[in-house]
Amino acid sequence: MPPPTKPAPVPTPETLPFWEGCAAGELRIQRCTSCGKHVFYPRPACPFCYSTELEWVVSDGTATLHSYVISHRAAPGFAEDVPYVIAIVELPEGVRMMTNLVEVEADPEKLPLDMPLRVVFEPRGDVHLPLFAPAGSAA
Amino acid sequence: MSAKDDIVIIGAAETDELGKLPHMSTTGLHLQGARNALADAGMTPADIDGIATVQTPGPVAIAHAMGIEAKWLDGTGVGGTSFLFHVRHAAGAIRAGLAETVLITHGESGRSRVDAPGWGRSPQSLNGQFEAPFGVFGPPTAFTLTALRFMHETGTTLEQLAEVAVAQRRWSSQNPRAAMQDLATVDDVLASKMIAWPFTLLMCCLVTDGGGALVVTTREKAEARGYDKPLVHLLGAGEAADSPMVSQMPDMTSFGGFKRSSAAAFAEAGISHSDVDHLMIYDAFAHVPLYGLEDAGFVGRGEAGAFVAEGNTSPGGRLPMNTNGGGMSYTHTGMYGMFAIQEAVRQVRGEAAAQVEGVERSVVMGNGGMFMAGATLVLGRSPR
Repeated sequence: MPPPTKPAPVPTPETLPFWEGCAAGELRIQRCTSCGKHVFYPRPACPFCYSTELEWVVSDGTATLHSYVISHRAAPGFAEDVPYVIAIVELPEGVRMMTNLVEVEADPEKLPLDMPLRVVFEPRGDVHLPLFAPAGSAA
Repeated sequence: MSAKDDIVIIGAAETDELGKLPHMSTTGLHLQGARNALADAGMTPADIDGIATVQTPGPVAIAHAMGIEAKWLDGTGVGGTSFLFHVRHAAGAIRAGLAETVLITHGESGRSRVDAPGWGRSPQSLNGQFEAPFGVFGPPTAFTLTALRFMHETGTTLEQLAEVAVAQRRWSSQNPRAAMQDLATVDDVLASKMIAWPFTLLMCCLVTDGGGALVVTTREKAEARGYDKPLVHLLGAGEAADSPMVSQMPDMTSFGGFKRSSAAAFAEAGISHSDVDHLMIYDAFAHVPLYGLEDAGFVGRGEAGAFVAEGNTSPGGRLPMNTNGGGMSYTHTGMYGMFAIQEAVRQVRGEAAAQVEGVERSVVMGNGGMFMAGATLVLGRSPR
């Protein structure tokens, strides 16, 4: 049996623009044209005002480290990554997403909360995943 | 409250054994818990006209297996807190005349996984797109994700997080049915195997096989049957939803499921915090009871860690909490809520292994999924 591979997302019609953005090197999120709030994960209607007038905007690729764990257990496909950082990051627009941190040691000393990050895209299956690296690390 | 609107738990029991039970299936665990709870109530399946349970195997399968022609069924499945939801739903149904006596069952082969449901989620689901790709591997790496933010915002220390596990070992050391009965120190907890920083093994719940069930009816019916144990009255209940994904909680340092359900339950019961003699807060991981203490207002913001570390929730403390040892030291099949209710019932009846003196009111707070749904029950020895 081949070793397990990392899980790859499969887009739905509602989420496709997000994943197309990642493939194009852009972090696209929704913005409600009625109340102005930003929305993530992708949805057909705004959870704040219920308007269906959501537009896609490009976030600037920066984020801050909101919270994280350092996993010492390998999820299927992650055996070579242990220990690895599973993080929640916050974009400047205020929305948060789960991700992995890359280009940084999985060491709490190196990972103060609120540290500035920048997005990098990693191919996985048919899509590109948004991962995050320290803002100051080499591109 | 009139005897026909006063909802009581008349039967409560767990499976004969908890732990590693590879000789029993998921359904078998449900049915043994049900048999024991009916015996506790002095009832037979013929006395039951309503069934509530989660979707494995679901209320139809339980009713069919027991030969019950249920006229009310509830399959609410919102994770480990579902059984608290079932109690509240049963109370509403009974008061509305939809059923007279409801059986609520739980059985889970969490460890041996005999006829257990699979973990797989569609790669098109929200979780499959926005969480699973990042290597979360079940609750130990997802439920825990909020803790560093909570600690950062509240000033809670790693040692205080460990104290939650330490306090519960003080209780489980008095409970012969608990899986883990050895006392532990903060150093023991911090030195145990690293699972997902900052969580070590002893800050994580167990994974076991087991089950339990409850029989819910009215005081009128209980009195008519000449029931001779202390009745456990449902004084108030609340339920609430938070987020289907832990990464999308509106506030990672507070759980809406605890906050809103406890407010509703306390209001219905007409009690304040000082009226609570005993508390169960679903402890899937060590940070969850700290959220519960703060979200329900037992302590102020940022005070839960010190409150536990100072012994207030330990034996002899002023707010005994998780007195069976909790999910971390008693048992945790996966959907632990049933066991939290069972311990509260035992404490109110005065028959717990580590019995707290004079429990008049107990509060049970359940979590479902990973900060997904929450519910609170207020149970009492006297009617409202």
